[in-house]
Amino acid sequence: MSSIQQSSSQAQARAPEAPRPHAVLYAAPRPSRRFIPVWRRNYLVWRKYLFERILSNIIEPLITLVAFGYGLGSLLPDVGGASYLQFLASGSICMSVMYSAKFESLWGAYSRMDTQKTWAAIMNTPSSIDDIVLGEVAWAGTKALITGVAMLIVIWALGVGRSPLSLLALPVLLLSGLAFSAMALIVNSMARGYDTLSNYFVVVVTPMVFLSGVFFPLEQLPAWLAAIARWLPLAAMVDAVRPLILGRLPEHLAGDLALLVAYGAACYYTALVLTRRRLLK
Amino acid sequence: MRALSFSAVNSIASAASPEPRRSDVVLDVRELRKIYGTTTVVDGFSFAIPRGECYALLGPNGAGKTTTLRCCLGLVEPDGGAIELLGEPVPQRAREARVRVGVVPQLDNLDPDFTVAENLLVYGRYFGLPDALIRERIPALLDFASLAHKKDAWIGELSGGMKRRLTLARALVNDPELVFMDEPTTGLDPQARHLIWERLKQLLARGKTIVLTTHFMDEAERLANRLAVIDRGAKIAEGAPRELIRAHIEAHVVEVFGDGATQWAEGIDRNLVSRLEVSGETAFCYAVDPAPILRDLEGRPNLRYLHRPANLEDLFLKLTGREMRDEA
Repeated sequence: MSSIQQSSSQAQARAPEAPRPHAVLYAAPRPSRRFIPVWRRNYLVWRKYLFERILSNIIEPLITLVAFGYGLGSLLPDVGGASYLQFLASGSICMSVMYSAKFESLWGAYSRMDTQKTWAAIMNTPSSIDDIVLGEVAWAGTKALITGVAMLIVIWALGVGRSPLSLLALPVLLLSGLAFSAMALIVNSMARGYDTLSNYFVVVVTPMVFLSGVFFPLEQLPAWLAAIARWLPLAAMVDAVRPLILGRLPEHLAGDLALLVAYGAACYYTALVLTRRRLLK
Repeated sequence: MRALSFSAVNSIASAASPEPRRSDVVLDVRELRKIYGTTTVVDGFSFAIPRGECYALLGPNGAGKTTTLRCCLGLVEPDGGAIELLGEPVPQRAREARVRVGVVPQLDNLDPDFTVAENLLVYGRYFGLPDALIRERIPALLDFASLAHKKDAWIGELSGGMKRRLTLARALVNDPELVFMDEPTTGLDPQARHLIWERLKQLLARGKTIVLTTHFMDEAERLANRLAVIDRGAKIAEGAPRELIRAHIEAHVVEVFGDGATQWAEGIDRNLVSRLEVSGETAFCYAVDPAPILRDLEGRPNLRYLHRPANLEDLFLKLTGREMRDEA
C-alpha cells in the first residue's frame, strides 16, 4: 500500500497541466511501438486467407496484362519507346498498389472502426488512437507492397521487364502505399457509411487513375489538364516507378519522392486529427 | 432468493469502511464536469473508490454513467475536475494507468475475425504482453469464462452470454487491478446474468476493484459495496445499498396496480401510509407497518398489489420524483 501512495504522490508532482481539448486534438503525432500489435492484428487476419489473397494478387494483374496488354496492345504502336504491354504493366503495378492501400484503409479500416468497434476495444488498452492510425497506415503500406511484389513477379514471369533496377521500385511502392493509405484514412474518419467510401472512389480515385499516366501518357491530355495532373500523387508514383520497371533511371525521382512524402505526411497528420475528433468524445 | 442476496450484500457492505483511507484509493474523481454543446452531461461529480471495493454508478440511461467511465479512462477530455486512476493523473497519463486496468464495454466489441482463444491473444498484445505469457494465461481465462470447450469457435457462433463472458475474460488478460464494467448484464437473460454476477463476486474475492455502471437496481444491490445514484450527471445519493434505503425509505412498500388503482390512492386514509407516490398506473405506498394497507386491499378484488421490501428504485423515485426505468 505504501508504495502505491508513494507512486501516487510522485505522479502528482510530475503531472503536467491538463491540456485543453483543442491541444489534444491537434497535438503532433505521438508514435510508439504500440502500433505493432495493431499491425500484427491485421496481419494475422490476412494470413488466415493467405492462399486466396496471394492467388487474387497474382491472377488479377495477369488478366489485366493479358487482356489489355496482349489483346489491346497488339493493335497499338509503341509508347515512349516501349511496347504497350510494357507501358501498361509498369503503370498498372502502380494502380494495383494504390488500390490495395485504398481498399484496406477504406472498407477494411471502416469495418474495424465503425462496424466491428475493434478500434474502440483497442483504445481501452494502453494502445492509443495514435497507435491505431499508425498501425493501420503501416499495415496498408505492407499489404500494398505485397501486392506490388506479386505483380512484379508476374511482370518478370511474362518477360515484360526483367531489369534488376525494378527492385528499386519496391521502396517507392511502399512509400506510395503509405501515402495512399493516409489519404484514405482521412475519408474514413469523415465517412457516414460505406456509401461515403464508394463515392470517394468514384469521384476521386478512379479519375486519378485516368489522369496519372497509367493507361496512356500524360502528354495525350490537354496541356492545362496535364499540368494539373502532374501534381497528383499517383502521377508522381507512375513517373518514378515506370522507368525503374523498364530498366531506366527516372528523370525526376527526387521531385516525385518529395511529392509523395509531402502528400503522405500531410494526409497522415490530417487523418490523425480527424480520427481523434471522431473517436475521442 | 431475494432475502438471501440481501444478507450476502449486507455482509460485504458492512466490511467496507464508509470513508476510504487516502492511500487505499485506486480511483479518485473530483468535481468532474463534461459538457457537450449546451448539455451538461456530467455535472460536478466526485467519488473515491478504495482498493477491493465494488462501486456502482446507478442511474437511468443518459444519466452520464458511460461518459464518466470514458473520462476515467482518458478517452474523453473533461471540461473540469481532476481524475487520478491508480495513482496516475488522467488524461495526462491515462495510457500508463490503462496498463493496469480492464474494461468491459457496454456493447460487445470482440474481434469477429478471430476465434475465442485468438481474441485473448490479440488483445493481450495490445497491452504489450509477450505471446508466451498470454498463451500461459489463456487456459485459466477460458476456464473463468466457462468457454474452454469453445476455444476454437468463431465469435459469431457464441451466444450473448458467452460473448459477455469472453469480454469479461478479455478484460482480465492483463491481470488488472481495477476493472471497469459498463452495464455488464444489459441484454442478457436471467441465467446468463446470474453467471456474470457469480464471476464478478469471484473477482472481488480475489481483491480486484470493480467499477460498475448499471440501471438495474438488483444488480447494484447484489454486487456493490457502495453506490452512487446519479441523475442528469450529478450524484444525488451515495452509500452502501441497504444503508441508503434504510436512511431514506420506509421499510415496506405496497405497489398497487390494476383498474382503479389511482382512484383508490386518491381516496386512501393518509394515516395508513407514511408516503404515497403515484407513477403511471401504479401507486407506491410506503409504510413502516404495512398491515393496515394490506387489510384495506383484501376487500378490493379489482386491485392487484405487491408487498415487498423497499429497494433502490424507491430511493430513486423519492429523490427524483421519477422512476428509474424512465429515460432521462
